[in-house]
Amino acid sequence: MTWRVGTVVGRRQESATAVTLVLQVPGWPGHLAGQHVDVRLTAEDGYTATRSYSVASAPDGERVELVVESVVDGEVSPYLTGAVVVGDPLELRGPVGGWFVWRPEQTEPVTLVAGGSGVVPLAAMLRARARAGSDADVRLVYSVRSADQLCFGDELRALAGDGFTPVYTRTAPPGWPRPAARLDAATLAGATWPADRHPSCYVCGPTGFVEAVADLLIEAGHDPARVRTERFGPSGGNG
Amino acid sequence: MAVISRGFSGRRRGGGEALPPGQYLTTDFPVLSAGPTPRVDLDRWELTLTSESGQRRDWSWGQLQALPAQDVTVDLHCVTRWSKLGTAWRGVCLDTLLDGVDTDAAYALVDCYGGYTTNLPLADLRGGRAWVAYGYDGAPLAPEHGGPARLLVPHLYLWKSAKWVHGITLRTSDSPGFWESVGYHNYGDPWREQRYWDA
Repeated sequence: MTWRVGTVVGRRQESATAVTLVLQVPGWPGHLAGQHVDVRLTAEDGYTATRSYSVASAPDGERVELVVESVVDGEVSPYLTGAVVVGDPLELRGPVGGWFVWRPEQTEPVTLVAGGSGVVPLAAMLRARARAGSDADVRLVYSVRSADQLCFGDELRALAGDGFTPVYTRTAPPGWPRPAARLDAATLAGATWPADRHPSCYVCGPTGFVEAVADLLIEAGHDPARVRTERFGPSGGNG
Repeated sequence: MAVISRGFSGRRRGGGEALPPGQYLTTDFPVLSAGPTPRVDLDRWELTLTSESGQRRDWSWGQLQALPAQDVTVDLHCVTRWSKLGTAWRGVCLDTLLDGVDTDAAYALVDCYGGYTTNLPLADLRGGRAWVAYGYDGAPLAPEHGGPARLLVPHLYLWKSAKWVHGITLRTSDSPGFWESVGYHNYGDPWREQRYWDA
């Protein structure tokens, strides 16, 4: 897999801590929603640091959007969110990963469950679904600590409609009908497809969140083979 | 030709010689799995070893515990770039399980509770380099880390150390496992940074 040099052609602040970097990557071979890329930084003395980031955008020619969540004390993410500006070159390779993906030819209902920045590959799936004109029924549950952590809020509402359920675990917005609490079995069941519709389930977030949600889905009768997970560790595996 | 990242100097966290290229140190124990964590009842747990001719050995949980165990301290290297050094495990060496098995197989395909599979050369399971591990850090191995028992092959990237191990099939031909079928390297040597298939 070859390293390519992309150019940063745009950046957007998505939340208090997350930034979208829009890259133009000559020769990009295309990607599937849910895949990730390796990004490599090189210091003047040749030292390198590489981390993986999920692609947030639907397949779109040579354009690739990454969302970088700034990890406190991280080595790579603070540089990407703080120092990189439009016009900078950035090395990347990929796409990587062929399991945690959604393909436009899938027609079954889709349940997406995101914890924190785990929303990124799931947003890519929603964007790919819209771009492909897919009729696949979709529901998205997105758990965040508070509203300032929510990425793509308006866009997710537009893409998933009534199928979009944000869950606030620490601080709910004023007037929000559900008090701030962790995602529980009843909320999850009410906001996702029941097992008898045989949905494909995608769960992405921190390890504890993914463990808990995957267990709830299995207890609710979902076939473990239809529950795909992607986790990042407590150290911020994407540092 | 590398592109210099203007103003980037890096953190260069410790680890030094012990770290394979492109890895960084972590002191916690991240979890990576493709699906839900299977819950396996010890009363029904079994480990099977099947040769290319179909000859089969199997061990119940009690039988596995009765085999000579080893305590080993090894370094772990995950393809997602974290490395964890000096981890303490308890388990049965694959040499013990393979002792006396009549085989000309060159490969092994490992299958797991939950459906996960991985492949590796049989030689990598021999020579005191691979274990079926059921203890971690002085306690039973937790389910999210592969308990009740997982394969431990620390000289390869950690996805080869299959969690929730159930069966080992010896084969004369190689056959890619789960991650090996979706873009990850067939062998996975961290010191040669064999992360992905060069497609």
